[in-house]
Amino acid sequence: MQLLEGERELILSTVEEVLQNSSRNREDLIPSLQRVQSKLGYLPALAMEKLAEGLDIPAVDIYGIATFYNQFRLNPPGKYQVKVCMGTACYMKGGEITLESFERRMEIEEGETSPDRLYSLERVACVGCCTLAPVVVVNDDHIEGYVTPTRVDGIMLEFEEADQKEEETEKETEEETKKTAAEGGKNK
Amino acid sequence: MSADSPMDNYEKLFEVAKQNEEARREKPRILLGTASCGVAAGALQVKEFFLKEIESHGLDAEVVEVGCIGHCYAEPLAIIAKPGFPAITYGNLDEGLVHLLVEDFLAGEDPCYEYALAAVDRNDVFPTFEDFPRGIYENKLILEQCGYIDPESIDSYIEKDGYRALAKALSDEPARTLDEVKASNLRGRGGAGFPTGRKWETSLKAGGDEKYVICNADEGDPGAFMDRSILESDPHQVIEGMVLCAYAIGATEGYLYIRAEYPRAVKRVREALEQAREKGVLGSSILGTEFNFDLQVFQGAGAFVCGEETALLSSIEGRRGVPRYRPPFPAVEGLWGKPTVINNVKTFSYVPHIINRGADWFKSIGTPESPGTAVFSLVGKVVNTGLVEVPMGTTLRELIFEVGGGLPDGKEFKAVQIGGPSGGCLPESALDVPIDFDSLHEAGAIMGSGGLVVMDEDDCMVSVAHYFLEFTQQESCGKCTFCRLGTKHMLDILTDITRGHGDEERLTLLEELAEDVRDGSLCNLGRTAPNPVLTTLKYFRDEYKAHIEEGRCPARACRDLVLFYIEPSRCSKLCNVCVGSCPTEAIYTRDDGLKAIDQEKCVKCDNCRKACPPEYNAVIKLSPPVLPPEKEKKRT
Ligand SMILES: Cc1cc2nc3c(=O)[nH]c(=O)nc-3n(C[C@H](O)[C@H](O)[C@H](O)COP(=O)(O)O)c2cc1C
Ligand code: FES
Repeated sequence: MQLLEGERELILSTVEEVLQNSSRNREDLIPSLQRVQSKLGYLPALAMEKLAEGLDIPAVDIYGIATFYNQFRLNPPGKYQVKVCMGTACYMKGGEITLESFERRMEIEEGETSPDRLYSLERVACVGCCTLAPVVVVNDDHIEGYVTPTRVDGIMLEFEEADQKEEETEKETEEETKKTAAEGGKNK
Repeated sequence: MSADSPMDNYEKLFEVAKQNEEARREKPRILLGTASCGVAAGALQVKEFFLKEIESHGLDAEVVEVGCIGHCYAEPLAIIAKPGFPAITYGNLDEGLVHLLVEDFLAGEDPCYEYALAAVDRNDVFPTFEDFPRGIYENKLILEQCGYIDPESIDSYIEKDGYRALAKALSDEPARTLDEVKASNLRGRGGAGFPTGRKWETSLKAGGDEKYVICNADEGDPGAFMDRSILESDPHQVIEGMVLCAYAIGATEGYLYIRAEYPRAVKRVREALEQAREKGVLGSSILGTEFNFDLQVFQGAGAFVCGEETALLSSIEGRRGVPRYRPPFPAVEGLWGKPTVINNVKTFSYVPHIINRGADWFKSIGTPESPGTAVFSLVGKVVNTGLVEVPMGTTLRELIFEVGGGLPDGKEFKAVQIGGPSGGCLPESALDVPIDFDSLHEAGAIMGSGGLVVMDEDDCMVSVAHYFLEFTQQESCGKCTFCRLGTKHMLDILTDITRGHGDEERLTLLEELAEDVRDGSLCNLGRTAPNPVLTTLKYFRDEYKAHIEEGRCPARACRDLVLFYIEPSRCSKLCNVCVGSCPTEAIYTRDDGLKAIDQEKCVKCDNCRKACPPEYNAVIKLSPPVLPPEKEKKRT
């Protein structure tokens, strides 16, 4: 995935910071990766390379760790992250159908992020509210229960609306600042 | 350092805790269940409702975030404790009910019994959970305080005699603690049921002055959440158990290995550790003695195999979580090669109770070979989902039909899955098996870490076996061939069967492979991975046959073997509900006004069947997937 503007600098400074607080022992590797991921939302290849240099561990080892553990993601999270529960109870109540519906609507596969980084889709194991199965976790903190394919459409619609609204406010503030800047210019 | 005895020091802590907690109780309090299950059901919004209502009524009341009381089916839940009234539990809270409770009960005098679930303590006015029919089967030891005490306040734990066992142990030789645990016959609750006392003794005898105590809170079973619930609801109980273990074996350092997917548990445990250090029950010179022991949290990074103890150690050491051959067992050569005791969350939780009340008391509960209780997260097709704790020896039938309240919607029981991916599916005929380590093992399942999933007539046993095998196959670390390749082959065969492409020969091959993987794998992940397949083959062979010989899924669950069909004789031409419910626009209106499904477009999502009003019930599933011939109309 292409790095965004300014992302390279952010990655470098994050790794730098994490390394500074690390004992640089092997046992600090997994916690360090966790810290990088909690800052950046994922583990970009560049971050793994820089960590390898800093900790003096072959980069391939770090890649091995990052791919071994499910927690680590190599794709950036989307602005709207969806995690579909594939725990036993959710599976039995049709979690797979829910996952497929999201794949269809987002036009990505499970584990991927859309190229515009708007959506990402993952599967998780039991989130502990099996009574509400099938369950979906949105943006890490919001849990939706009874997510049937129709509800998937509803959730996607909510994302689209939220995104549109945000764009509009952005535009407005932009115009606002332009206006004030222009007015400020006039007053001078 | 004070010269007082550990018990004197403890009594001081106890007095302070009692005073603090009593002062808190003078005000009305709302104990709101905010373990993950509660939060999922919207507890945090309910908290806002309470705060808003309390403020608008100008009341002085405290909203305390507590853990889970186990009645997850009624979340969001809260206990309202108002001086002068028995503390009462209310379930299914929403904005309206919160408004009513604050106005009528907190601001007024009416406890709104019509909305109450149960009282907390025995009283003359309202029944408690123990008075429920399930009450006679339940016996809460390690879940006793869960959801009733404030997990973020150590005083709340100490006030209930928390850390008294530690003071008692420290007043005596470490050997006394070990003897008591040994005498209690406590067996590990992480799955295999290894005697805990024997494990500790091995570590003690291993010698050396550096030893570790590790709590296994990786809880990888994808249908279980007891360990998380205990950590979120009563973290000090686990910590006290670990400190006791450290004292018994002479360890100075330890870890709680908690899944990273459990952020709430991680946060609450970290806070609890901090408070324990402040009170002097953890860290250096514990309760004024010369005993030092400290703990830290290690966040697991999400790999099922890391629940296996040697893989867990690799992971703390910063490597890939790959199991190694045992012996040497971790109790002899564990973390960094030092003797290390690894126990499950629940195992440690029993220890303070055993020290406080004695080994004989513990042995009086449960069965002689498996004393104590069993904790399960009861999920699937059962009315009362949630956490349950019953004495060992209770039968599966009692657990599912009495404690769990049976199956919802009048459906027929088909199977119960115990022990997650390493466990097995047991049929109706095995329901009278008592729950204990050895009986379950004989029946082909395992106790496992406590996931219990109830299945009904709509669940396909082949597909369930496929689900669990797919899970273990993906989680196999890849070190040994049987597990890595054997499970893959098995999965391929199962996949074919669920698609109707199986044959008798490959079914035999599946069975042989299952036995080879069981016998040839290095660790218990591989050795137990075939269990779901072997048990379903044993008890539900006819379902496999139906898939293979008739291309039919008896439960109509395997999607390649069903099709959705609208029964013309039942369809009301006037209603359009199914058309709107279809996510792929596969449903159309025929010339004669009836609805029909374009099989090319249908993704078999079940939406239309659910949407079709019950008075028509026109959408049906057919298996094998063959349309009734005369109705095979083309779209016009
Ligand atoms: C694949 C696999 C996964 C395991 N997962 C867990 C787990 O999630 N929690 C746990 O306590 N034990 C788990 N175990 C068992 C541990 O290896 C170990 O036996 C246990 O933590 C010992 O604690 P106990 O004596 O208190 O049961 C697992 C074992 C295997 C083979
Ligand atoms: S299986 Fe999905 S929440 Fe438990």
